[in-house]
Amino acid sequence: MAQAIIDLAHLAKKFGDQTVLKDINLTVNSGEIVGLIGPSGAGKSTVIKVALGMEVANGGSAKVFNTVMPNRELLGRIGYMAQTDALYDDLSGEENLKFFGLMKGITRADMAAEVAHASGVVDLTADLKKRVSGYSGGMKRRLSLAIALLGNPELLILDEPTVGIDPALRRQIWAELGHIRDEGRAILITTHVMDEAELTDRVALLLNGEVMAFDKPAELKKQYNVPTIEDVFLKAEGVE
Amino acid sequence: MRTIGIMNRVLKELFRDKRTLALMFVAPILVMLLMSVIFNTNSTTNVNVGTVSVTQKLNKEMGDIKHVDVKTYDTKADAKKALNDEKIDAIIKKNGNNYSLTYANTDSSKTAAVKMAFKNAVTTTSIDQLKSALKKSTTGMAKLQAQLVAMQKQQAASSTATTGTAAAAKQAAATKATSTTTATKSTSQKTPKITNHYVYGDKDTGYFAKMLPILMGFFVFFFVFLISGMALLKERTTGTLDRLLATPVKRSSIVFGYMLSYGILAVIQTIIIVLVTVWLLGIEVVGNMASVVVMNLILALVALAFGILLSTFANSEFQMMQFIPLVIVPQVFFSGIIPLDSMATWVKDISYIIPLKYSGDAVNDIIMRGTSIFDEGWNILILLAFLLVLTFLNIVGLKRYRKV
Repeated sequence: MAQAIIDLAHLAKKFGDQTVLKDINLTVNSGEIVGLIGPSGAGKSTVIKVALGMEVANGGSAKVFNTVMPNRELLGRIGYMAQTDALYDDLSGEENLKFFGLMKGITRADMAAEVAHASGVVDLTADLKKRVSGYSGGMKRRLSLAIALLGNPELLILDEPTVGIDPALRRQIWAELGHIRDEGRAILITTHVMDEAELTDRVALLLNGEVMAFDKPAELKKQYNVPTIEDVFLKAEGVE
Repeated sequence: MRTIGIMNRVLKELFRDKRTLALMFVAPILVMLLMSVIFNTNSTTNVNVGTVSVTQKLNKEMGDIKHVDVKTYDTKADAKKALNDEKIDAIIKKNGNNYSLTYANTDSSKTAAVKMAFKNAVTTTSIDQLKSALKKSTTGMAKLQAQLVAMQKQQAASSTATTGTAAAAKQAAATKATSTTTATKSTSQKTPKITNHYVYGDKDTGYFAKMLPILMGFFVFFFVFLISGMALLKERTTGTLDRLLATPVKRSSIVFGYMLSYGILAVIQTIIIVLVTVWLLGIEVVGNMASVVVMNLILALVALAFGILLSTFANSEFQMMQFIPLVIVPQVFFSGIIPLDSMATWVKDISYIIPLKYSGDAVNDIIMRGTSIFDEGWNILILLAFLLVLTFLNIVGLKRYRKV
């Protein structure tokens, strides 16, 4: 059986009086892409923040690589891409990659190869010397993804990675994510694009701070008796 | 390693932002140039000095100095009236052997000119006195020598008589005593006591000279505070801080990386400001210039830590700007640009929590009095305490964004 990379059990999180997560049970195994879908404000980003150790759970347990989060050292094994592009505009694409590579702990000797590989995946090799301020929205998104891919992390946590990316490149990125999965690495991905949810191995439907459903896309469709994941989403939300 | 990486990145960003860089380096020069022009408009100041019962000789000496006019008054009351009517800029009154000087001091350059003129005049007259004193003492010496020779002769004559030596010793002690009294007499004659009175302000009043050390610190503080605060704010709002914290980087590395990069920037800025003040504005730095740079560097680090800390309470660049009237402007008031002595005690106490005051005091001492930086231990210690506490708060404060 595949090893659980992320293991969230009975996770609860409050911000002041507001309960954002009630009872989250979610596992991401090695060699698996798990999709996290849910309406805005459902708590998707909070789940990610807890998994990264940026927030501490109020209840339940959050383990990554069998270690209780938060844990600083573990972050070197996780590739993270936030919803915002989070790039330094005054630096070139290459300088951004190198800076974050250094922060991740990639050695100087491996740096060039890592940068070349990551930028190759997102098709940015030709634009590496340009400053990010001159990049288009899609290019920024790709660079942001490339930064997450640096250092071949065993776990990728991607928050809406394909927003503003052309269909052709989106397909290419999904192909690369498939590759990563086949190498036995784990991916947790949030998305708003429902047909992307179909491409994942398992989908967790997050609603009102709870995981309403968590299964293979095909199983979910069968369970809700609908043809697409989008319909599952709508049915679960009660919008008929 | 990561600290250096962050430092390099911050520096790279800074040096690519040409406008901000220009703001840091050119704006202080421009403002100081303007201030020096405004506050030191007339380099030749003409002063009118009123004298009361001062010797003819001194009056003449003073009158001979360029740009100095001497008016003699019979009583102090007359002179005071003239001073109040702004007819004269200072009164010199002789009381016996001592001088009492009263300055209007509304214009510090005039006060300085009077002081200079008076000093020169006194020196020339006292040199004359010294000459006569010297003459006196040389004649005294000659007399002493003659006495000594006579004594020796006497001693030689009475060498056989045992009572002679005791008498000679007594005589020698007596001559010694007389010589010391003449010596003390001559010194007391040489140096008349001079007391200075100021109608306005005190001896430290000098527009630009007094402001300069504080201004220097102010520029360093202001720009480092604002730019570093904005930089961290930008990291927060664009999400790069989150991304940075999603790597195994230590929170302290981020704070130290910022400190190093802005420290370097502050050193460059201080050096430029010091060079401008020395060569362009012709301000004399009595102390060590390296000490000035070191003091400003410490201040810059305090400003940096302060900026980073306050940026966490701001949600936008505009909100960061709102700290200027709240944080920066009060610093100026309590930094010593406005003399604190005249303020109420409770107001004065506020100045103890103003970092700019400590660096201002220290740099003031270094520039104007040539104090060694090692004698500024107290000021440095307090600044370092500020720095330590603020840095600690910053490192802990980053926990808001990542729990480890």
